[in-house]
Amino acid sequence: MADMLLEAKKLCAFYGPTQVLFDVDFAIEIGKVTTILGANGAGKTTTLRALCQNVRTTGSMTLNTGAGDVQLVGQSTDAIVRMGVAHVPDGRGTFTALSVEDNLKLGAYVRRDKAEVARDIDKAYSRFPRLAERRRQQAGTLSGGEQQMLAISRALMLRPKLLLLDEPSFGLAPLIVAEIFRIMRQINAEDGVSMLLVEQNTSLALNLAHHAYLLETGNVALSGQAEQIKNDESVRRAYLGY
Amino acid sequence: MNSEIPRKWVWIGGLLLLALLLMLPFLVKNYRVFQFNLVIVYAIAILGLNILTGFNGQISLGHGAFYAFGAYAAAILMDILSVPYWATLPSAFAFCFVFGFVVGFPALRLAGHYLALATFALALAVPQLLKYKKIEALTGGAQGIVLIKPEPPFSFHFLDQPLSADRWLYFFSLAVAALMFLLAWNLLRGRVGRALIAVRDHPIAATAMGINLPVFKSMAFGVSAGITGLAGALSAIVVGFVSPDSFTVNLSIFLLVGAVVGGLASIPGAIFGGIFIQFVPNIADEISKSAPAAIYGLFLIAFMYLLPLGVMGGVKALWARLRSLAAG
Amino acid sequence: MEALLFQIFSGLANGIIYGSVALALVMIYQATHHINFAQGEMATFSTFIAWALIHEAGWSYWVAFFFTVAVSFTGGLLVQRIVLRPMEKAPVLTNVIVFIGLLLIFNALSGMLFDHTIKAFESPFPKESALATRFFAAHQIGSAGVLMVMLFALFAFFKYTSVGLAMRAAAQNPDSAKLVGIRVSWMLGLGWGLAAAIGAVAGMMVAPIVFLDPNMMAGILLYGFAGALLGGIDNPLGAVIGGLVVGVLENLLGAYVIGTELKLTVALVLIVGTLTLRPNGLFGKKVVTRV
Repeated sequence: MADMLLEAKKLCAFYGPTQVLFDVDFAIEIGKVTTILGANGAGKTTTLRALCQNVRTTGSMTLNTGAGDVQLVGQSTDAIVRMGVAHVPDGRGTFTALSVEDNLKLGAYVRRDKAEVARDIDKAYSRFPRLAERRRQQAGTLSGGEQQMLAISRALMLRPKLLLLDEPSFGLAPLIVAEIFRIMRQINAEDGVSMLLVEQNTSLALNLAHHAYLLETGNVALSGQAEQIKNDESVRRAYLGY
Repeated sequence: MNSEIPRKWVWIGGLLLLALLLMLPFLVKNYRVFQFNLVIVYAIAILGLNILTGFNGQISLGHGAFYAFGAYAAAILMDILSVPYWATLPSAFAFCFVFGFVVGFPALRLAGHYLALATFALALAVPQLLKYKKIEALTGGAQGIVLIKPEPPFSFHFLDQPLSADRWLYFFSLAVAALMFLLAWNLLRGRVGRALIAVRDHPIAATAMGINLPVFKSMAFGVSAGITGLAGALSAIVVGFVSPDSFTVNLSIFLLVGAVVGGLASIPGAIFGGIFIQFVPNIADEISKSAPAAIYGLFLIAFMYLLPLGVMGGVKALWARLRSLAAG
Repeated sequence: MEALLFQIFSGLANGIIYGSVALALVMIYQATHHINFAQGEMATFSTFIAWALIHEAGWSYWVAFFFTVAVSFTGGLLVQRIVLRPMEKAPVLTNVIVFIGLLLIFNALSGMLFDHTIKAFESPFPKESALATRFFAAHQIGSAGVLMVMLFALFAFFKYTSVGLAMRAAAQNPDSAKLVGIRVSWMLGLGWGLAAAIGAVAGMMVAPIVFLDPNMMAGILLYGFAGALLGGIDNPLGAVIGGLVVGVLENLLGAYVIGTELKLTVALVLIVGTLTLRPNGLFGKKVVTRV
């Protein structure tokens, strides 16, 4: 478990009586970007929800907290957040009626170190100047790209060990998406934040990630180094359609 | 193993029930008959509420207002214009239908607890409105209007008991109720019923399928108000008296209790609801003045937890369980 | 002119009470996005508790006051944790029905434990005190002061504390709130506790004026609703201003336009009017969501 931040074994997830994940195994390496690819309905978002225990799961997910391994299955969502798991949900999940600054403050809700929190807010503003301009504005008035930046910044306010991102490219113009992915690479490189990225845009995801998993209707169909998968034409054609 | 009861037994059971219903007023004292009449009246009122809140999902905490207006409409027609009692019913229905339809329009923009709040406000405001001095000549002010109970049109004896005013009104109310329930059942099991439920559960999809949402929802309000208003008119006839303090917000709350206990989207549930809200206070009053309220409150909460579809929902579930046991 | 001023000031004095009730309603709305129909009855019950402490147990006023506030807070919290928590995901109609159930139960409890005779409840601001002025009785000024303190405390709570921010977040977007580590369920309980506490204060300020009986708050609750809606259901300061406006309007319309008998109808018209014409109230924030 030395290099691994998180190991999931035989993970199954259920919406009511319907099972959507079937014995999924995956691992997230510390400091690296892991991506989960797949078509609509494959179970990618469910996997992230399972990580936060927002959906009924069976199986095992062990988080290496640095002070020992913790089983995530059965924990409450807020406990998992306190362990350093930050989730940027699909649709951004911003608090639209609150100001940009309030959104950022909420990201640090579980932290006690006020001075450091203030420093992190400044850091977010310098990374995303557009957010600084709009700091008192209602978050709901921001454009899609700005909301995505806000959502990511809010998650980073936790100083997370693991950053979960659900389809950050969704609904955004290509230029903005490119910008956001550039910043995600920067965050991973500079701050060493481990990331689990769920994406439908496979080429972008494979360019950023170190490892990749492909989900097909709740099963892991493919896994390996992102570089290898990107360069293996037959695999790409068979599984990823290009 | 037959999981269906043979039609023969259903018919026989139904006829026996009918016979019992017809003989009932002669088996008990006059006062009891009067109470049964009120049960029937409440059942009709709850039926109206059910159509709006149960089937169409628009919350009303103010149906007592329509009940009151129907009652006063009937009372004024009988007292001042000497309209025969049976003719007041369709008039009250029409009057309350229009009133409900008009109320339905602002209600369109309100959903959920805002609609509940607005109708709650309506219910609270009604007694004051009825006592308003400027219309006292019409409404009788705080004293209300005293009416004469209609005499039976013919003389009749059964089991040694005469056909009194109360007994006559029992049959009259029963016939009215049968008519209303039949109309409602017919309305709800067809296209209109499905449309009502569609509007409740998936309003956007319903619009896409061609249902004119504003008109439809206002119509639902109108029909619901009309039926409850008709029940109110019937209550004026049966009780022989209307006064502002008979129509406080408690009435609206009790109608809701009856609907919840009987079963919100259930037609037969209204009957059970009527029985409940008529007889529970009678029994509970003996314990304490506040006991009926406490029981209603407890029942409301308990039912939301255990039997959200009311007694009828519970009966249906039980019936389904028995049938599957019998079949399997 | 003097008569007009009197009506306005008297309206303001009433408005203070309506504002307090409106504050409690806004509190619960901010925390849970629900309208608490049982608010009035809970406040009445709290006031009865205070009454019993003062008149039956012989406690001094302010000790009883703060104890009642604390008990009410706890009670509100418990009601949410025990009765309402399983209903959190249920449809609105179910919640409304449960609120009505609570209304009935609290009303019944007041009646059963403290019977239905009207009781006098004294004001901590006696008539002769230095607070009295030409237009306002001592109690009215005292109540206004109490309300101002409450309002200020709440305002500061929501704006400047992280718990206050967390409560607002939890009400608006419970899913996202969970993802930042907020225990949403407890936020709801906290909201109920605070609202119950505010309601208790409102009840104890009202009782000296209208006398204490189980049905004390029914009409006042309606004015509280009208005030809360008028001011903007998500705005504590707006609630207080809304309450004051309702108080003044009630008096002016009653004295000069339609007579004093239709006051509840005024409230009704205000409520329906606000909901249909200006649903965000005078001061509520219009929430913009870009698709």
